Amino acid sequence: MKTVMKAIDLDQLSKAHEARFSDIERTDEQLPWPQFTVAGLNFYYGSHQALKDINLIVPNKRVTAFIGPSGCGKTTLLRTLNRMNEEVPGTRVEGSIRLGDRDLFSIPATTLRRVVGMVFQKPSPFPKTIFENVAFGLRLEHRFSRSEIADRVEHSLRRAALWDEVKDKLNQSANGISGGQQQRLCIARALAVDPDVLLLDEPCSALDPVSTAKIEDLLFEIKNTCTIVIVTHNMLQAARVADYVGFFLNGELIELNRAKQIFQNPERQQTQDYITGRFG
Amino acid sequence: MSASYPSRTRKIVNYTMLSLTGLCTLLVVSVLFTILAYLLWHGAHALNLNFFIKLPAPVGQGGGGVANAIIGTLKLLALASLIGVPIGLIGGIYLSEFAGGWSGFAVRYTTDLLNGVPSVVMGIFVYTLVVLPMHHFSTLAGGIALGIMMIPIALRSTEDFLRAVPRSLREGGLALGASKSETIFTIVIPAAIYGIITGVMLDIARVAGETAPLLFTAFGNQFNSPGWMQPTSSLPVVIYNYAISPYDEWHQQAWAAGFVLLSGLLAVSILARVVLARGKKLSHG
Repeated sequence: MKTVMKAIDLDQLSKAHEARFSDIERTDEQLPWPQFTVAGLNFYYGSHQALKDINLIVPNKRVTAFIGPSGCGKTTLLRTLNRMNEEVPGTRVEGSIRLGDRDLFSIPATTLRRVVGMVFQKPSPFPKTIFENVAFGLRLEHRFSRSEIADRVEHSLRRAALWDEVKDKLNQSANGISGGQQQRLCIARALAVDPDVLLLDEPCSALDPVSTAKIEDLLFEIKNTCTIVIVTHNMLQAARVADYVGFFLNGELIELNRAKQIFQNPERQQTQDYITGRFG
Repeated sequence: MSASYPSRTRKIVNYTMLSLTGLCTLLVVSVLFTILAYLLWHGAHALNLNFFIKLPAPVGQGGGGVANAIIGTLKLLALASLIGVPIGLIGGIYLSEFAGGWSGFAVRYTTDLLNGVPSVVMGIFVYTLVVLPMHHFSTLAGGIALGIMMIPIALRSTEDFLRAVPRSLREGGLALGASKSETIFTIVIPAAIYGIITGVMLDIARVAGETAPLLFTAFGNQFNSPGWMQPTSSLPVVIYNYAISPYDEWHQQAWAAGFVLLSGLLAVSILARVVLARGKKLSHG
């Protein structure tokens, strides 16, 4: 393990990125532009090291895509950002992550996950009605009135571009709608608690091209209000939706750059090989 | 010789195996219906309204029924459920959601052993534990015996149905900021609830026919048993007592009681299947 890199100063890392991506607007007065600052991150499943000394910054109110071949650690990193990996027995994490200017690991997991929402690969609606699926996160807070919940459910479904399709069947089972609609429902469910960040783990890999296009469209809409981190196997999708792209290989971050740069003129040979389909 | 498998042999093997499996299936199904028909054939004479609403009549007087046994069985089952179901449910939740490797193994293993304890031993156990200190048989003792017997099945079936809930649903709940217990109680259990109810119903049906533990605990009664502290009649024990008696009319009533008990169990089983099917339909749109 490279202990030198582990000792990296978070502010230094932040400054390095700032110099590099100096054109990033600071869109929010409250949050400085690094949404996540990851430094010296190692992750282990038992004795297997899945992430090796990851240092990166995820910019605020932008879409950042993680690409790379299967098993490269991109999903592991994503699941570390809202600490979902803690639910998996036998895992261990080293290094530091900051959310805004707070230590990610000092925030209680349940609080963190309301600020950092997540959508999974397979649409996983709860076996409840469409309305109750979206209201689920709101009801956990025990502070919204009935009408506030109804308003927020409608607002979330609109943000997820699903309202027009389901407004007449809010009280029907969420399992009765199509896979693409279910995935947008899961996005609406995550948006209902108004998170700062939305993590998406290959959200379109189980969907047809039309549903995929709808989800990509809505990502464009919500990125104005929400930082988006998306893991994808589909490089065209990364090229379409992402502002920044991180390329991972064997648990290491090979390159993090503007999407255009990655796809047109990558700095590293491995990135070039991957995006031109020479491996992976 | 060519490498191809001779098709004639293949067909003969295929037909033989198909016939064998069909024959075995037919045997299994026909046993149940033969029993039902046999019970009805022998007990039909005794099956009338009086059988359900009258108390047992003295030998030779004719008529009479087993109303006290029907009520007794229902009371015993209610009490048994009150004891067995909560323990089984909570134990099942523990096994499925919280148990570690070692503790899970220990609980599962002891539960399976408990399930294997002969029912007559369970009767003696509760006799020693409840009947002896109280100095008399009672509905309470019978209910406790049946309740303990219900625990293993309720527990393991609850565990199985909870485990069948996909991990994606649990992660979906956790990812929305729900705590583990909130996820379990608002997502996992509701998703499995129809299965759990089915398991409990089949569990009740299973202990409803137990005779041996009741002989030592609820004992039997010619009259209605008031409250919970008196000996009570029950259908399985009535069947046992009447069947070993020397009187033809009691034999008939034993057959009829058997028919009533088996029909009740069948009805509960069918209802359980309906509940499960309904749950599946609900969760798949």
